[in-house]
Amino acid sequence: MSRQDALVSADWAEQNLDAQNTVFVEVDEDTTAYDGGHIPGAVKLDWKTELQDPVRRDFVDKAGFEELLSSKGISNDDTVILYGGNNNWFAAYAYWYFKLYGHDAVKLLDGGRKKWELDGRKLDTEVPQRPRTQYTAKEQDTAIRAFRDEVVNAIGAKNLVDVRSPDEFSGKLLAPAHLPQEQAQRGGHIPSALNVPWSKAANEDGTFKSDDELRKLYEEQGLDSSRPTIAYCRIGERSSHTWFALHELLGEQDVKNYDGSWTEYGSLIGVPIETGDGKS
Amino acid sequence: MCGAPEQTAELPAGTDLSKESVLVGKVTASGSPIGGAYVRLLDGTGEFTAEVVSSASGDYRFFARPGTWTVRALSRSGNGQTEVTVGGPGLFTSEVSVA
Repeated sequence: MSRQDALVSADWAEQNLDAQNTVFVEVDEDTTAYDGGHIPGAVKLDWKTELQDPVRRDFVDKAGFEELLSSKGISNDDTVILYGGNNNWFAAYAYWYFKLYGHDAVKLLDGGRKKWELDGRKLDTEVPQRPRTQYTAKEQDTAIRAFRDEVVNAIGAKNLVDVRSPDEFSGKLLAPAHLPQEQAQRGGHIPSALNVPWSKAANEDGTFKSDDELRKLYEEQGLDSSRPTIAYCRIGERSSHTWFALHELLGEQDVKNYDGSWTEYGSLIGVPIETGDGKS
Repeated sequence: MCGAPEQTAELPAGTDLSKESVLVGKVTASGSPIGGAYVRLLDGTGEFTAEVVSSASGDYRFFARPGTWTVRALSRSGNGQTEVTVGGPGLFTSEVSVA
């Protein structure tokens, strides 16, 4: 993978809104942003209600993903351009999710909704009607998804990258500072994890930093590129952003996203937890 | 969940100001509220901590621990920032004017 394969600029997007076999998809948890105005022609995807199983704590299964994409009018041969709010957190999550189910022609709009809005580009409230398709998904590619046992076994053996804020990493907070504090039973981080907040990979306008800046960042933070890497955060969306930077932009080979993340790990009985800044 | 909740001047149910520090305020341009601004909370070293979008009435809200914070707003009307010191639990108000 490389930047050209994985990322499109706002300029490119604006010029390709009506391109053949190209579907723009806005992904958010709170879809009221979409309802108030979205990139012309974009369809919406709700991170929580459409990508998560309503009963079990897991993704929708293969059949569920096929039904979802068919109902959105997305075909197997469409190139899907994802974007969203929150500096593309949920769009990056959806990108990873599309890859997980084998949809290769997927790209992220650099800067997401934020850059688009700050640039003053056109937003539209018209909801496009796309005819239903017959979408076929592949089996999940678990080469990019980490589960809890693998994470416990990775302590001290693989790169573990905790991409939450320093206060969440140290155990002072259980959630980002703009949200009510909730979720995991314990605060802290997985022993041996590096703390490289996702935000260090992004510019103020939400675009990704350059490959050189990203390479330098992870090198300085002590990421050993000869080892496999597992990224995690609280619920797996910010770590998708870092997974994207490492795997899709920098082309690191063995990078997984641990979507169970701290809400799972910090509630497990008996696993080791470290508090503090991890540097002492 | 990580989606930014709707920003209102009213605090969400369950907020305990005897335990939590809540930083609230408005984004303004020439005194008028600016909705839809991207409001970033930066820590004492200038490092990014959180971001919300201001409500139609320009309001933003963060849960922050005690310390010195920079609230920085990006908007189509311009950018601006202000410093806020959070001394302990309670409500702390600020205003960011953009130009």
